[in-house]
Amino acid sequence: METLAVFASVLPEIVLTIAGLILMLVAAYAGDGSARLVSWLSVASLALAAVLLGQLAVHAGGEIFDGLYRADAFAAFAKALIFVAAAVCILVAPRFFDGEGGQRAEYPILILFACIGMAMMVSASDFITLYVGLELNSLAAYVLASFMRRDERSAEAGLKYFVLGALASGILLYGMSLLYGFSGTTNFAGVAQAIGDGLGTGELFGLVFVLSGLAFKISAVPFHMWTPDVYEGAPTPVTAFFASAPKVAALALTTRIAITAFGPGGHSWQQIIIFMALASIVLGAVAAINQPNIKRLLAYSSINNVGFALIGLAAGTAEGVAAVLSYLAIYVVMTIGSFVCVLQMKDKDGRPVETIASLSGLSRTRPGLAAAFAIFMFSLAGIPPLFGFWAKFLVFDAAVAAGLTPLAAIGIAASVIGAFYYLKVIKTIYFDKPAEGFAEERSPIDYGIITLCATVIIIGYFLNPVLGRASAAAAASLF
Amino acid sequence: MIGLAHYLVVSAILFVLGVLGIFINRKNVIVILMAIELILLAVNINLVAFSAFLGDLVGQVFSMFVLTVAAGEAAIGLAILVIYFRARGTIAVDDVNRMKG
Repeated sequence: METLAVFASVLPEIVLTIAGLILMLVAAYAGDGSARLVSWLSVASLALAAVLLGQLAVHAGGEIFDGLYRADAFAAFAKALIFVAAAVCILVAPRFFDGEGGQRAEYPILILFACIGMAMMVSASDFITLYVGLELNSLAAYVLASFMRRDERSAEAGLKYFVLGALASGILLYGMSLLYGFSGTTNFAGVAQAIGDGLGTGELFGLVFVLSGLAFKISAVPFHMWTPDVYEGAPTPVTAFFASAPKVAALALTTRIAITAFGPGGHSWQQIIIFMALASIVLGAVAAINQPNIKRLLAYSSINNVGFALIGLAAGTAEGVAAVLSYLAIYVVMTIGSFVCVLQMKDKDGRPVETIASLSGLSRTRPGLAAAFAIFMFSLAGIPPLFGFWAKFLVFDAAVAAGLTPLAAIGIAASVIGAFYYLKVIKTIYFDKPAEGFAEERSPIDYGIITLCATVIIIGYFLNPVLGRASAAAAASLF
Repeated sequence: MIGLAHYLVVSAILFVLGVLGIFINRKNVIVILMAIELILLAVNINLVAFSAFLGDLVGQVFSMFVLTVAAGEAAIGLAILVIYFRARGTIAVDDVNRMKG
């Protein structure tokens, strides 16, 4: 391909890189006083990158850089979700950090760099690209988790995330080195060919290590233990970010590796994915029941949701992959909505509150916020006619079509268990005696985001044709 | 004659030592950082050994990337450790328990 055409296919990443570097200089010279400006410019560059995804070269470009990188519809779909989620997490941050002693200008820049890493992850078609992208995302994320450096919980969250994240990267790398050694290449297509010729012991070990490392990153059981602590300790806007964008990137990456690198080997990875899906769904549902902290509850909810998305992947068909992508899109809307609602929970002194008990009687003090909370919780529980139901329906449909009826049946049973704790939150909001109300702060940005997310959740069915077409086109580019 | 298998065994031993260093160690977070480096070096031995065995340069290029990223990772790890020490006044592993889990 022409050199210019190659660079046209990575325009969104180039825009983000240049924006990130320039804004870092601005932040370094102008100090924290420029935090607002840097935030808005970061959002603008993310918006520009998202618009550039519409270019033909970006979403239909195929292999570039000698097969190291793929600019296909699958990557473009995931990138759109990542950029939007990241932009929202930058937009809602200033009000949170103002209550904690002012926002520092590094926050949006770190998110920009994490976004470049995630864009590389979802576009990677070679283990080296994958590793560099993953680490670019992770290194920014470790810093973000410990962003409130005077806060003990934030520092502890950062430390835990770093140690377990580095271990996961190590496991992933070890698996990649084995796959490289036994298949002779780091390219996904080459690995697929080698596995297709017969899955040796070395390759099997590599495959298991790689999937374990990725399971850490998507926080699937049995590698989920860092999730509740990190989600609780990290500042809430950062938690919202962790629960949305990196999760999309890591799940999309897992999907791409499973289908394009491991796919042809008689579905050797399928049993592992099925186990992770079931364990995540059941543990995510059961362990969340007694959580007093809303952020921990949402952490278990995210583990639970990853399990459902993995059901679609376990099917291993184009429909299954399309279902995973639709699930991710709907999940991002629900999660962002819930976390922006959590951001509104502040006591009279403007300090953030995180207990579920403090939500008691919210329906009388803040009826609008209570209704939004209820919508997101019902949707996460998968209750029709909300959009969350459609997400679950798609993955179960794909699983049944692929002959995995028992898996779908257990998933449906576990989603009933999961509904219990979502309903408990709603019960606290609507039927418990009112607790001390939250501080009356109305930010047009936060309310706009909540309203938008809630509207999408309610009228979701009308968006189905668009979402269905986009996810089907994205999935088709993997097969 | 030292063959590929010898390198792989050494690398596997180092990898397992690194993982055990993270999980068994109950004393000091610095030891955990050393264990992480051990894991990454085990991977490098693997990559270089395979690269020499296959007569393919990609493995050595990959190990260069791993070395570079490992340096960045160590820097960030130590920085987080410093802010943790400032906030808590200890870096004993058993004290990293402000949140249950």
